Amino acid sequence: MSVRTQTIPDVGAKTPVPALEPLLFELARPGRSGRHVVSHDAADIPAAFQRKAPLRLPELTEPQVVRHYTHLAQLNYSVDTGMYPLGSCTMKYNPKVNDRVASLFADLHPRQSYRTTQGVLALAYEIEQMLAKITGMDFVSLQPQAGAQSEFTALLVFKAYHAKRGEAATRRRIIVPDSAHGTNPASAAMCGYQVTTVKSDARGNVDLDALRSALGPDVAGFMLTNPNTLGLFEERVRDVCDAVHAAGALVYGDGANMNALLGVARPGDLGFDCVHINVHKTFSTPHGAGGPGAGPLCVKAHLRPFLPKPWIVREADGSYHYDTAREDREPAGLGDSIGTIKQRLGNFGVLVRAYTYMKTLGEEGMVETGRDAILAANYLLALLRPAYDLAYDRPPMHEFVISAAKQKKQGASALDVSKALLDEGFHSPTVYFPLIVPEAMMIEPTETEPRETLDAFAAAMLRIAERVKTDPAAVRDAPRFTPLRRLDEVTAARKPVLRYAVPGVAGAE
Amino acid sequence: MSRVPDDLRYSKEHEWVRLNGDTATIGITHFASEQLGDVVFVELPEKSASVRQFASLGVVESVKAASDIYSPISGEVVERNVKVIEKPELVNTSPYEQGWMVKVKLADKGELSKLMSAQDYRAHIGETAGAGGD
Repeated sequence: MSVRTQTIPDVGAKTPVPALEPLLFELARPGRSGRHVVSHDAADIPAAFQRKAPLRLPELTEPQVVRHYTHLAQLNYSVDTGMYPLGSCTMKYNPKVNDRVASLFADLHPRQSYRTTQGVLALAYEIEQMLAKITGMDFVSLQPQAGAQSEFTALLVFKAYHAKRGEAATRRRIIVPDSAHGTNPASAAMCGYQVTTVKSDARGNVDLDALRSALGPDVAGFMLTNPNTLGLFEERVRDVCDAVHAAGALVYGDGANMNALLGVARPGDLGFDCVHINVHKTFSTPHGAGGPGAGPLCVKAHLRPFLPKPWIVREADGSYHYDTAREDREPAGLGDSIGTIKQRLGNFGVLVRAYTYMKTLGEEGMVETGRDAILAANYLLALLRPAYDLAYDRPPMHEFVISAAKQKKQGASALDVSKALLDEGFHSPTVYFPLIVPEAMMIEPTETEPRETLDAFAAAMLRIAERVKTDPAAVRDAPRFTPLRRLDEVTAARKPVLRYAVPGVAGAE
Repeated sequence: MSRVPDDLRYSKEHEWVRLNGDTATIGITHFASEQLGDVVFVELPEKSASVRQFASLGVVESVKAASDIYSPISGEVVERNVKVIEKPELVNTSPYEQGWMVKVKLADKGELSKLMSAQDYRAHIGETAGAGGD
């Protein structure tokens, strides 16, 4: 790693801190180049569309560019460099074989005919079958590209389902628990639904009485994450689903926390009408910073007619095709389908990685995955309990939520503790979520961390808790050993700078 | 301790109301602004929009979370605080004065009885401030 020394005023010692990497624009000098660019004759382009001023692109040599991106990669903290306990995100290790298999499909074109992609369609069809089996559902759409898009897709499906029954105009509300991911109410609002929130009870479950009184003939559906965002299994999930169904509404399963259920329980058996899977979490494909992901939607048979089209269909002779894009016979129409969400196969590269992971594990390995994730979370929680408060005193599933309320009273908040963790060499957990826990720290170790790493993380958390008692100012001052220290999140949100400004050029592009 | 002025009425969802004739000024409480942390964005209804008691009035976003503001009373918006949209930090620095959100012409004074006194609100946040959610 490229290292420079920096004097840290309040430590007063020379401490190696990774150097920040300048922008390409700052490294550039006029006349440098890495490639010989062939100049084209611009005569064919009408004068009106020809550029008047030169493009202000940075000019660099090839090794400069390679080093720039390598330095950036060295500054990165990833699951390949250390434990990444970011609760709700399932930052498990991504086996490299996944990428190797996915690269076989790099040349696939999304609009390629079924005639030249029979193997690809067979693979997609098999992925659908596997996901249906894992979730206990009947049919799967591979199209949604992420969890939130799958929520949106599912709610469009709910809307189409109610419309088919002549109830679209009356069923205008979606209910979500107060522990829900923020994307749940956002997806509902994007579909034009009104959102009602129901409280959690003292054990961290959906308050069944509150749910029953919120239900009515105007409710289209209920969105539930199980295990919920507190990392707790909904103890009365069957009663919850029965109550929603009794009101004529549908139950959506947010599969964000599916990792805990792998091989242990199936949403389809618990009463859900549909569930999405964040395959990038549960089935180990690299994610973070916005993608790429995939969020296949798995549904019971009564919702199938409304799934996005085209569907991948398997013929009796073992051949495959898209039902709406046949070249040799009359294609199927859209029927009751909500239409297309994403072209044909969704984010296929991500799905192939998930397929590889599932095949590598097999059914036995899948069961171990869920159980080991739960074991790791319970082990880690046991180590942290002496120092941190537990929001709900129940054994967690694959993740748990502690509260730094005690530390806050002693002078350092959950944010301060999370920043101090960076100096200890760990990525921070998710903080201030779920919203119903004050000073929340949501920790998800995943099944891929060995016991020694869990011990080291717990030791770091306990050291920080001790430091909060004796010297909270030092914890508020963290991090000290990162290239940048406390970032000014408030100014970044209030006055964001979203592009590089060329010095001396006002309003430069 | 959070400041809870005696002359205001309060909602469970941490909004306050100041009555002046048949016009009510609405904002969020000091407790709410402390829970949110630094506020970075405020979204408010346009003038002459109608709002319903306990229905969403707007959105306040902090570095931690985005939250709905619920209208503590029903009525028509007669003025909105443009300054708080331009300078959301007023919600933190002056929640009961410069950080007000909207002024509403009351539709039904009877609704005020569904709100809490300062004393009751203090008890309310005493409960919700503890660990374990509410």
